[in-house]
Amino acid sequence: MRERVLPVLVVVLAIVTLWYVACLPMNIREVLTEAERAGAVVTPSTAIERRDAGAIGLVLSNTDHLAQSWSQERAKLPAPHQVAIEIWDSTIGEEVYGRRGIVQSGSFSNRSLVYHTGITLWATVLGFVIGTGLGVLLAVGIVHSRTMDTSVMPWAIVSQTIPIVALAPMIIVVLYSVGVQGMFPKAVISAYLSFFPVVVGMVKGLRSPDAMQLDLLRTYSASPTEALFKLRLPASVPYLFASLKIGIAASLVGAIVGELPVQKGGLGARMLAGSYYGQTSQIWAALFAAATLAAVLVFAISAMERRTLRRMGVAG
Amino acid sequence: MAQTEPQADTAPVIAARGLDLTFQTGDGPVQALRDVNLDIGRGEFVSFIGPSGCGKTTFLRCIAGLETPTGGTLTVNGMTPDAARRARSYGYVFQAAGLYPWRTIGGNVRLPLEIMKFSKAEQAERVRRVLELVDLDGFENKYPWQLSGGMQQRASIARALAFDADILLMDEPFGALDEIVRDRLNEELLGLWDRTGKTIGFVTHSIPEAVYLSTKIVVMSPRPGRITDVIDSPLPRERPLDIRDSQAFIEIAHRVREGLRAGHTDD
Repeated sequence: MRERVLPVLVVVLAIVTLWYVACLPMNIREVLTEAERAGAVVTPSTAIERRDAGAIGLVLSNTDHLAQSWSQERAKLPAPHQVAIEIWDSTIGEEVYGRRGIVQSGSFSNRSLVYHTGITLWATVLGFVIGTGLGVLLAVGIVHSRTMDTSVMPWAIVSQTIPIVALAPMIIVVLYSVGVQGMFPKAVISAYLSFFPVVVGMVKGLRSPDAMQLDLLRTYSASPTEALFKLRLPASVPYLFASLKIGIAASLVGAIVGELPVQKGGLGARMLAGSYYGQTSQIWAALFAAATLAAVLVFAISAMERRTLRRMGVAG
Repeated sequence: MAQTEPQADTAPVIAARGLDLTFQTGDGPVQALRDVNLDIGRGEFVSFIGPSGCGKTTFLRCIAGLETPTGGTLTVNGMTPDAARRARSYGYVFQAAGLYPWRTIGGNVRLPLEIMKFSKAEQAERVRRVLELVDLDGFENKYPWQLSGGMQQRASIARALAFDADILLMDEPFGALDEIVRDRLNEELLGLWDRTGKTIGFVTHSIPEAVYLSTKIVVMSPRPGRITDVIDSPLPRERPLDIRDSQAFIEIAHRVREGLRAGHTDD
């Protein structure tokens, strides 16, 4: 346990240190402006002179004021503890102690990260389920039909070369015009991103049985359907799980991108709102929530993978 | 035991007449089999021996309907190979055991029975019986990785026996095993053949193995794949391992070796 925790802690410590250091040049101009307004002596003394000076130079010549870099109200780069406080305030603070939180009002507050993470989670899961189902079906078709192999696969590859940020608003607008809105359009974008790794992995997995194993089934006069269910599908399970781990992370990205143009809740909406109102610590908090959610989802898939493979007797 | 032939009817189980098979490859046509004529009687143990590329495996695959000959006729139990396959005339054992790692040994043996739609009770009964036949009773719920290579190959033989085909086709089944295990399995295979009375087609590149096991040895040579000699073994059906030191055994082995050498002179 200790040899696993220690390296992680060291890396975290290094990142946090780097982060605190980075706050100095990032926030120095605002810090100096504030200090000047409060009547302190800063060098150079006017904003116009400071505009043309380098940020690192400003840091080095104003060492007296640096502490303020880590406590700015609307910092360009909020310090780690400010983000931590924001995360606390918008989760436990909001839900447990807040007037509109789940403890006092019985429903999640729409100002809390828990609420927005939930919205993103459901869109992610729905999109992931659609994408995985679609991916498996396409893979089965591709493996069984030469026509599908030559016709579908190139389009699947092309589909992934279109930037999703460009495509997402169009999907939302088109679906809105036929009366579909809410979670489903986001799930469609999620599915669009997550079906591809599943197709690629499953095609490889379904084709993994060698010629000898297929010959063996032929000697039993087994039908293609029996070969699919008895040999190809079980053989593809390890490949499927590898794809699912990529797919679930892609789904999350899809859901967040889908939330950007809609602004009806979700981590994506939260990030964009934060950038509109200069609430950088809100953006960072939402970012951490998204990263945590992704980690939890991938971990859940890994746990499922271990259980399934052990139950199948494949993991040993 | 007497040398009398055990077969009751004289009609061959497998009959090949002027069999040709030419593969079309990128480098032009390759003649894998040319003018192969062979009769295999009921209850015979026939070995096919020859260097790689002599078409011994290809011939076995033709019998199984896994390859389609380009000329000549081939009948299995009086039917075309395809019809014989649908009639479950043969079980096939490959060089690798090819057990499904996600199925137990019992589950692997059950695989053909499931595909052939045997009832659940019948499946269980047959799995138990054939596992006993190959000395694997008690291993039904083990996974393949828990078994040695020799045991895995025995399980794959049990799988081929499960649906009671009267022909057993074996393509170098012990080729990947060490010699000690191979000797034991050879002995067991003879016992199995004796108890079940099946007709066995056995591909090998080992002369002692071919001579020890067979009632008939088919010597083949490559480019194009053809039969150069067919030896009817005078050895008795009952064969202890030390029969391999007998004069008769050594003479047959010598003839096989001569046949193999003759096939090699023309390249």
